[in-house]
Amino acid sequence: MNIGFQKIFSHLVPTVGLLGFISLWQFAAGFYPPVQLPGPLDVLRALRELMTDGVLFSHISISLYRFFSAYLLAVSIAIPLGLFLGSYITARRAMDPLLQVLRPISPIAWFPLAVLWFGIGNAPAIFIIFLSAFFPMLLATIDAVRQIPAIYLKVAANFGAGKMMVFLRVVIPAAFPGIMVGLHIAVGTAWIHLVAGEMLGAQSGLGYLIVDARNFLRTDWILAGMLVVGLLGLAIYRAMRQLEDLLKRRWGGV
Amino acid sequence: MGQQMTSGTMSLRGVAKYYRNPNGERMAALSPLDLDIAASEFVCLVGPSGCGKTTLINLLAGFDQPSCGSITIDGKPVTKPDSERIMIFQDYGLYPWKSALGNVMFALEAKGVAKSEAKATALHHLEIVGLKDSAERYPHQLSGGMKQRVAIARALAASPQVLFMDEPFAALDAFTRLRLQDELLRIWQEQQPTVVFVTHDLDEAIYLGSKVILMAPYPGRLRKIVDIQLPRPCDRTDSVFAAYRRELFREFQLVHEEAMDYAI
Ligand SMILES: Nc1ncnc2c1ncn2[C@@H]1O[C@H](COP(=O)(O)OP(=O)(O)O)[C@@H](O)[C@H]1O
Ligand SMILES: [Mg+2]
Repeated sequence: MNIGFQKIFSHLVPTVGLLGFISLWQFAAGFYPPVQLPGPLDVLRALRELMTDGVLFSHISISLYRFFSAYLLAVSIAIPLGLFLGSYITARRAMDPLLQVLRPISPIAWFPLAVLWFGIGNAPAIFIIFLSAFFPMLLATIDAVRQIPAIYLKVAANFGAGKMMVFLRVVIPAAFPGIMVGLHIAVGTAWIHLVAGEMLGAQSGLGYLIVDARNFLRTDWILAGMLVVGLLGLAIYRAMRQLEDLLKRRWGGV
Repeated sequence: MGQQMTSGTMSLRGVAKYYRNPNGERMAALSPLDLDIAASEFVCLVGPSGCGKTTLINLLAGFDQPSCGSITIDGKPVTKPDSERIMIFQDYGLYPWKSALGNVMFALEAKGVAKSEAKATALHHLEIVGLKDSAERYPHQLSGGMKQRVAIARALAASPQVLFMDEPFAALDAFTRLRLQDELLRIWQEQQPTVVFVTHDLDEAIYLGSKVILMAPYPGRLRKIVDIQLPRPCDRTDSVFAAYRRELFREFQLVHEEAMDYAI
């Protein structure tokens, strides 16, 4: 196979796959009433409908606001804490039982408490998203610090670098690629829990849009909402990957 | 390099290092030894793997503590690493997130030298190892030989009295290795640090060392110490070189055979 053909082929395969799925969907939709399974065209129409009066955009912007504020909150707590716990074995040992027990609890299980503590509105959803991003970030940061090659610290000690210099100029940059992995994973888990959090108690946002559409039996809106969630999630994930690649290139071999 | 007359003199008395093997038995990585190294001497530790070369050099550099005995450098006991004594590793130990220049500057900034001065000094040391033009390159953009040159420049930037080198050229191709041996000799002659150089290559040891210490394993110990009287750099095809080579090689082979017997 020559290169040109290979390139076309590699683009062709996913396109064919997608088109195949859409046709199958359209075909299947023929057997059900639209309330049960709307076809792809119905969903596109619903999407346009939602877009015309700005409803969709206000849901999107509130969702993005919750997502980013929760994510940044998680970054600002999980990374310093992870750097600390990664560096000090005693602190890590002290925290370990708590982390081991908290980690398997689905962020969704916190919802009732979140409502009790924070009332309704943005706060419970932000709390759920925060939790879902926090643990992957924390654990990745701890691991990243622990896996710093001993030789980096040996060299720093040999040249007489002070504690602060070692932390800022060796530990943080050496752990950085590992922390990036955690940030990347957390984008995925946070986005998934955004919708879940909004479905449970919020009065706005993409999750709410989906639940609310069900109350009106607007199945086409449900699917349109799901489509938007998927596409936005993909876009954020891609942007994150670009950022990661950029930083990785800067970091070279690591 | 600004060191005083008698700096970098090492003295080991009854130094040993024991580890416990998985069965809990005490194993001597290094059995008790005495050793003196004079200032500005170039000492090569040579021997088969497992004979305690790395253990010994780590004790000297203060990365590890002996199980018994005392190590002093210039009369002071060695308790921790010191920027007067820099270790150069086989796998370079460069920071991949820093350029060659940044890596060398690290040595200076660790001492509290201001950035602009550190930069000028670092560039000077990169020039000494012939890498001034690669100052902005990152480690992954450098060959193995160039990386080790950066590590040497970084060590020199700290103006150490002692250089410890643990098989620094073992990962390099033969040609690069020979060139770096010559560069190291030139630097040693110009700046006169004390050098402790670990290798498992007998020719490298004779070519570089003013003193070659042959070690033997099981347990790790000093087997033979030979003073090498050759001009530096010397001719590797010279008959005196060949004589040293014969003398050490016979002993080296015996050590190897014993090590083999032990392994079988
Ligand atoms: N941290 C350690 N724990 C247990 N045994 C060790 C440790 N370090 C070295 N040894 C043992 O000590 C001996 C000498 O090792 P080393 O100094 O690395 O030898 P060399 O550098 O000459 O190859 C070996 O038998 C090795 O297995
Ligand atoms: Mg070794």
